[in-house]
Amino acid sequence: MTQSEKYTHVSYREHQGKYKGIMAWLTTTDHKRIGLMYLFGIAVFFCVAAVLGLLMRIEKIAPGETIMDAATYNGIFTLHGVIMIFIVVIPGIAAVFGNFCLPIMIGAKDVMFPKLNLLSWYIYVIGAILGVLSQFMGDGPPDTGWTFYVPYSAEANSNVVIALTAAFVLGFSSILTGLNFIVTIHRMRAPGMTFFKMPLFPWSLYATAWIQVLATPIVGITLLMVIAERTLHIGFFDPALGGDPLLYQHLFWIYSHPAVYVMILPAMGVVSEIFPTFSQKPVFGYTAIAISSLAIAVVGYFVWGHHMYTSGISYYSRWFFSFLTFIVAVPSAIKVFNWISTMYGGSIELRTPLLYAISFIFLFLIGGFTGLTLGALATNVHVHDTTFVVAHFHYIIFGGMGFAFFAAMHYWFPKMYGRMYNEKVANLAWGFLFVGFNVLYFPLFIIGLQGMPRRYFDYLPKFQTGHVISTIGAFILITGLIIMIANLIRGVRKGAYASANPWKGVTLEWQIESPPTLLNFDKVPEIKHPPYLFKKETEA
Amino acid sequence: MFGGASNLAADVDKAFIFIFGVSFILIIGITAFMIWTVVKFNRKKGIPAQQFTHNNTAEIIWTVIPTIIVLVMFWYGWKGFKTMRTVPDDAMEVTVISYMWSWDFDYGDGKISKELVLPINKPVKLNLVSQDVNHSFFIPAFRVKEDVVPGYDNWLWFEATEKGTFDIFCAEYCGLLHSGMLATARVVEDAEYTQWLASVESVKDKPSPEGEAIAKANSCLGCHSLDGSKLVGPSFKGLYGSKKIVIEDGKEVEIEVDDTYLKTSITDPNAQVVKGFNKGLMQSYSGVISDEDIDKIVDYLRTVN
Ligand SMILES: [Cu+2]
Ligand SMILES: [Cu+2]
Repeated sequence: MTQSEKYTHVSYREHQGKYKGIMAWLTTTDHKRIGLMYLFGIAVFFCVAAVLGLLMRIEKIAPGETIMDAATYNGIFTLHGVIMIFIVVIPGIAAVFGNFCLPIMIGAKDVMFPKLNLLSWYIYVIGAILGVLSQFMGDGPPDTGWTFYVPYSAEANSNVVIALTAAFVLGFSSILTGLNFIVTIHRMRAPGMTFFKMPLFPWSLYATAWIQVLATPIVGITLLMVIAERTLHIGFFDPALGGDPLLYQHLFWIYSHPAVYVMILPAMGVVSEIFPTFSQKPVFGYTAIAISSLAIAVVGYFVWGHHMYTSGISYYSRWFFSFLTFIVAVPSAIKVFNWISTMYGGSIELRTPLLYAISFIFLFLIGGFTGLTLGALATNVHVHDTTFVVAHFHYIIFGGMGFAFFAAMHYWFPKMYGRMYNEKVANLAWGFLFVGFNVLYFPLFIIGLQGMPRRYFDYLPKFQTGHVISTIGAFILITGLIIMIANLIRGVRKGAYASANPWKGVTLEWQIESPPTLLNFDKVPEIKHPPYLFKKETEA
Repeated sequence: MFGGASNLAADVDKAFIFIFGVSFILIIGITAFMIWTVVKFNRKKGIPAQQFTHNNTAEIIWTVIPTIIVLVMFWYGWKGFKTMRTVPDDAMEVTVISYMWSWDFDYGDGKISKELVLPINKPVKLNLVSQDVNHSFFIPAFRVKEDVVPGYDNWLWFEATEKGTFDIFCAEYCGLLHSGMLATARVVEDAEYTQWLASVESVKDKPSPEGEAIAKANSCLGCHSLDGSKLVGPSFKGLYGSKKIVIEDGKEVEIEVDDTYLKTSITDPNAQVVKGFNKGLMQSYSGVISDEDIDKIVDYLRTVN
């Protein structure tokens, strides 16, 4: 698996360009370095938001004020949401692993527009800084929740405008990355690589990129409209100014539901790579997985109303949105069956990335099935805006996207750094994360069913047991995170040198050096086979 | 599921049980099969991986069966929901007035209550009115919830089928004391209800001072109580003429609450904030409330003891 000798080639990390040191990174147009720069940004903000989450959990260990007052709590859950959604999860896998792997996996030397790619990163950083500044400038931290519902967000005294601007700016980064990936996939595939010879991770990035390009502008405009309403008092949404508060909710969810697929589709792409590699078997139902990504992306546009069943939209809209919500569940189910069938009959090696990928399926199942409870009209009325919803979307976003991110991190780590992490410690961290995750979020389903509303600083004593268990889970989860991050950092600095293809993968990124050279390929490969061909001798 | 107490609960709970039941079986089944696969086809057994790539029959089966299952789930959800939107003609109506961060229940004829009292086994339609931002009216025991959106005539209905006291929550985030926006619904026998309603004093009979109406219209009472309880800002009760320590430019100063102090507090609330309360939570009302109206509010506050 590992080799003790250091690699001898000049990798993208050592490559000497015009500048040295940190400047070489800040001016780079290399997709791999940009991917790593996103990784650092996302990792830092993830840790900040995770600590905010922990603080919220500590506050809720008992009813009433425990460690902070209501205003602070409301500011913290808003910041937690804004950072996690706009700065961590939406760019997430696509920005880090998409940037790093996409060009290599389709046999290209970089993305189509490398300079635009670097610009996207700078826009991302500016947006992220604005998001943090909104906490410290003006009349106090924004306390609207990451959904910025009008009229409250149009009237609140807190510092909402900067937070909205931050989300707006981050949206641009997302649009530009999406655009870059679409053009890259269309124009830069290696000779012979037709769309249906492309691996599934690029497929999922392709579907994701279309959502980013088409849906993000809607939320951008919407956020601008709220800013105009606050500063120029133009009545779009605030009934006090003659506006329509539900119009805001429609516009917001027209973006934010598809945004869930921006988060989860790349995660599905990641595990679609991991299952074949660790089973040494072609992915089962390649076409079904690829097409279902597109199906999810298309139908996902038309289900936004399921966030608004109780908002007062018409009876028939509720009927229609519920129906489509159930339909969009089917392609996800198809994928799950295909992943498990990929392992069936394989030669399975249970290494760290696979451990994460398998737990991804388990957590995604729970998140998906509880999503059906929310999609059904009668049951939604009861659990809407309770901690049941909080638990559901953490199972999808953290259990799904988060665990897939960790899977990807452990899968492509040797490729990125040419070194290995300590696998025993990595598995231990996984254990803490998996147990902590379930102890943290599962009780929220129960108290949500009992009627515990979300975004509550205080609660009735009857909900306390669930809250206490959940807080214990938060500590276990954080322990797991610390172990995992420490192990990865140690791996980067002191890990054993990894070979070019430690997992015996067959996609293109495993056929080049670890870490790759600046231009990835000495000679652009010619593609003659389907992407997951493990036994070359059979066709000889 | 957790003690349904309305006519809607049975159908909602049926939908819950069906969806949870099917989900439970499938989650356990799929996970068990997945773990079995990992054990059975472990590399340590030294059996080479098979290389099949697809099976159309399997794809069709696991597309069609989930589609049928989700459509049945959809049907259960819709069935329970249909009742929720079909209100009987003879339903009695109560208007729910919501504002940051409290509920008022208007029974008509100026009879306004802080508690929702209802006769058992009688359909009730609640008309939801918001005076400021979005709220959401939620009674878990009755399985009802509907957002209260300013400018929209939202409503919900149910028939309470069990006597007792039930929690009412605000479920849509509405600012600082969102989690304190609670009330109770008390379900009683018909006779007791009639008696109770008769005992509610009508606000029509005692005309409220003009200043009170202005204060209410500007939602002052959401943050300043009339009964001495501590909300976001100091209570109005006994405020006028009392001595307070205020924070001015970071220093503590003792003042007496008089006309000038009250007027400045309305037009420039952050200049002198009473110790123990937070700065920045109240916006300036200069230009929002006219000077005349501010005088009327101050006149009114003089009378709140
Ligand atoms: Cu959605
Ligand atoms: Cu409220």
